[in-house]
Amino acid sequence: MTELSYREPEPKIIAGVKGDWEIVIGMEVHAQVQAKSKLFSGASTEFGAEPNSNVSLVDAAMPGMLPVINAFCVEQAVRTGLGLKAQINLRSVFDRKNYFYPDLPQGYQISQYKHPVVGEGEVLVDLAPGVARKVRIERIHLEQDAGKSVHDMDPEMSFVDLNRTGCALMEIVSMPDIRGPEEAAEYVRKLRQIMRYLGTCDGNMQEGSLRADVNVSVRPVGSTEFGTRCEIKNMNSMRFIQQAIDYEARRQIANLEDGGTVVQETRLYDPNKGETRSMRSKEEAHDYRYFPDPDLLPLEIEQALVDRVADSLPELPDDKKARLVGAYGITEYDASVLVAERANADFFEEVARGRDGKQAANWVINELFGRLNKEGLRISESPVSAAQLGSIIDLIGSGDISGKIAKDLFEIVYTEGGDPAGIVEARGMRQVTDTGAIEAAVDEVIAANADKAEQARAKPSMAGWFVGQVMKATGGKANPQAVQALVKAKLGVE
Amino acid sequence: MTLPATTIAQARDGLRRGDFTARDLTEACLSEIGAASALNAFTTVTAERAIDMADAADRARASGEGGDLLGIPIGVKDLFCTEGVRSQAASRILDGFVPPYESTVTAKLWASGAVMLGKLNMDEFAMGSSTESSVYGPCVSPWRRTGDETPIVPGGSSGGSAAAVAARLCLGATATDTGGSIRQPAAFCGVTGIKPTYGRCSRWGIVAYASSLDQAGPIARDVRDVAILLRHMAGHDPKDSTSAAIDVPDFEAALTGDLRGKRIGIPAEYAEGLGEETAALWRKGAEMLRDAGAEIVDISLPHTKYALPAYYIIAPAEASSNLARYDGVRYGHRAPLDQGDGVTEMYEKTRAEGFGPEVRRRVMVGTYVLSAGYYDAYYLRAQKVRTLIRRDFETAFGAVDAILTPVSPGPAFGIGEVTGDPVQMYLQDVFSITLNLAGLPGVAVPAGISANGLPLGLQIVGKPWGEAELLNAAYALEQRAGFAAEPERWW
Repeated sequence: MTELSYREPEPKIIAGVKGDWEIVIGMEVHAQVQAKSKLFSGASTEFGAEPNSNVSLVDAAMPGMLPVINAFCVEQAVRTGLGLKAQINLRSVFDRKNYFYPDLPQGYQISQYKHPVVGEGEVLVDLAPGVARKVRIERIHLEQDAGKSVHDMDPEMSFVDLNRTGCALMEIVSMPDIRGPEEAAEYVRKLRQIMRYLGTCDGNMQEGSLRADVNVSVRPVGSTEFGTRCEIKNMNSMRFIQQAIDYEARRQIANLEDGGTVVQETRLYDPNKGETRSMRSKEEAHDYRYFPDPDLLPLEIEQALVDRVADSLPELPDDKKARLVGAYGITEYDASVLVAERANADFFEEVARGRDGKQAANWVINELFGRLNKEGLRISESPVSAAQLGSIIDLIGSGDISGKIAKDLFEIVYTEGGDPAGIVEARGMRQVTDTGAIEAAVDEVIAANADKAEQARAKPSMAGWFVGQVMKATGGKANPQAVQALVKAKLGVE
Repeated sequence: MTLPATTIAQARDGLRRGDFTARDLTEACLSEIGAASALNAFTTVTAERAIDMADAADRARASGEGGDLLGIPIGVKDLFCTEGVRSQAASRILDGFVPPYESTVTAKLWASGAVMLGKLNMDEFAMGSSTESSVYGPCVSPWRRTGDETPIVPGGSSGGSAAAVAARLCLGATATDTGGSIRQPAAFCGVTGIKPTYGRCSRWGIVAYASSLDQAGPIARDVRDVAILLRHMAGHDPKDSTSAAIDVPDFEAALTGDLRGKRIGIPAEYAEGLGEETAALWRKGAEMLRDAGAEIVDISLPHTKYALPAYYIIAPAEASSNLARYDGVRYGHRAPLDQGDGVTEMYEKTRAEGFGPEVRRRVMVGTYVLSAGYYDAYYLRAQKVRTLIRRDFETAFGAVDAILTPVSPGPAFGIGEVTGDPVQMYLQDVFSITLNLAGLPGVAVPAGISANGLPLGLQIVGKPWGEAELLNAAYALEQRAGFAAEPERWW
């Protein structure tokens, strides 16, 4: 397997009044497990259903109801762990995290406290070609999601929607290895990418499938000790993550430089004001009274399951990127673009098979992705298939069409569909390589523009104007190289 | 034989012979229940449903069916959720709660043809040893001291179940046992009860008190009857992760009364603080088992004295979390709120009004022992004690087949006599909670009458999943004890 080499990025330095500061960031990412039913009940996890329609007796915490683990969710956590090169713990324990809230019907969240299902792993966060940060994963545990409280529908009452209650979440806890807002956003993006490859989380931040708590502290550049951290809760956009970290780091630096201290607390980011504000201090922090859930036996996983999941893992982004660079001779940058989504890379490989990799990458990225992005379409919705795009590239290779005509052809295929070779034939788009015909056209243009020909003989750069005129006269179908050669010969310029 | 003063086994045979119908039996029970309101054993009577179920049983019999429980009328502890029938765990906080689902245990009983008479009184959320802490008011034992009209407690928390069986209001009853709640009331009321091995009966649909200790079981007239009932209550349930995938044997078939080759242990530690009357009964019980062929062996369960404190940490800890769901948001009682009250006030007022003093006490204790800084000192240590107690039994069962102990320190007490002293009440469970901590099965068998005329019971402890052998030992004791006393009807 090819591995790309990389170097660590420079940490982001914030210049304070009195000195330079470094930001230290650790994250807890909550990823909703992609599964049809919830972690401990058979209720559906479908997003966007009528409020309180995906609620089982267990989710509503009716008296006497008991949780039963959803084996598929466990398998998904194992898959995620393996995708993050992490230790899988064959024995883990579900605990109860106790607190009162109307959207938490049981009065406790079933989570994993001391013994998570997944242990230490790592993620390589790409920042630029050849530059990446290795972020260590401390653990991943499985837990129940809470429901949703709605406070703005009635002046007197609050409403509760339990559809999300009990959906499985993976909490992915990183070590404090991240050193800047961009790195933090890229870390989340990379986790999202890996989980989408694995099929363990759809990563949809708008629907709340992926949320992050960000722990931020600052320290003087050169210091190896960690400062006091604040936790910014429940971030659901890459942009807000960056803004919040930037604001929070500057707030802490200003505090410290004024001779103050950073108080360990939970904060919320207000995107409208662009600032974080205190939610609760350490003293007000809940005492969650964790203890092992007596309704559930310890979770025992067989090594055979881990092996089976490991065997079924798809090629992951890092490996795929390295392979694309090696196998197709494309740049690391292009490879990064292509592996962003598994379907994109698959499409590219279909186009590139048996063709020039760089040319294929160029067409897929610049023409196709450019066009799809403009219309907000995904690769799966592309009107141009890999076979059609390959066929267009083949027509260029065989000299049947020029690169310029190819773009027109692409547009026709994109909007109207059809077999590219057939379209070239039917619409007379084949490029003219017959020297006699081109020569006649050149002669005609020179004869009609004798004055310009005179000038061109003195100033050879003007030959280009004649090339353009000939191309126009031939409807763009003349072979541009042939036209250029003939124009120069006829004008007698070099 | 007058109905319903019969055992389940007798009724089964009578129904099979056609001596009477399930309808006859059910109507007789309903009439007895109607006349026994002074006992306050039944909290809800489902007369119409009972008649319908009895008629259905009679029709099923006419078409050739004839299972053990077909047409047998029983009562259900209020802790079991019963579909369409008020199920409140004897608490105000579940005021008017009617579940849209049926507990696994009761569903199995109905599927076996049993007839539901109604719901039975209990201590609120099964927390108590006297059935005095019930929103329905205290249940009264059918028993009275000789020459004394003081109302006596039936024990608890399954006091309604024991009282109803003792007063012949039903042929059997479901009950639950977290620290002795089947065995102690059975002993107080002169009837038989078995707490099965933890995991033998599904907990699904039973209002949870302390999940790692709660276990359902039957209370009935005698060992044969509880053997019959247990067979139809037990079994693996995929909806309860702690229920065991172990076959349920025909417990009744194991009842031979022959204990030859068996060794019965007498634990020295259980003699501590025992009244002379109970101690004498215990010695007599050992003699009876010896008479049945068993060898009596002195054993030691050295960590017994730590069981009670450990139990009163673990059970409240789990309860404090299990009862968090009663918050006034979705069902049951919600306190009226004042202008400006928010969600915190809703919780505080609802839970303060909805829970009785004993439940509040245990929720507070449980919250405390799980708190940051106290967890290791209390909860974790209690779990270690629990492991030691389990090991005590494992060691003992290396040398004996069963263990004989008293059920409780003495006979039943009068209503109000112990209520003011929670610790005195907790001491009721001193001989029974060790089994819950270890997950072991235990049977309470009536074995004698106290000097003041109240029943006294003995407990036999069995190996995990050894209910068949355990019930046979209980059967041998029952045969020799020959307990035939009945409460004098005053109600």
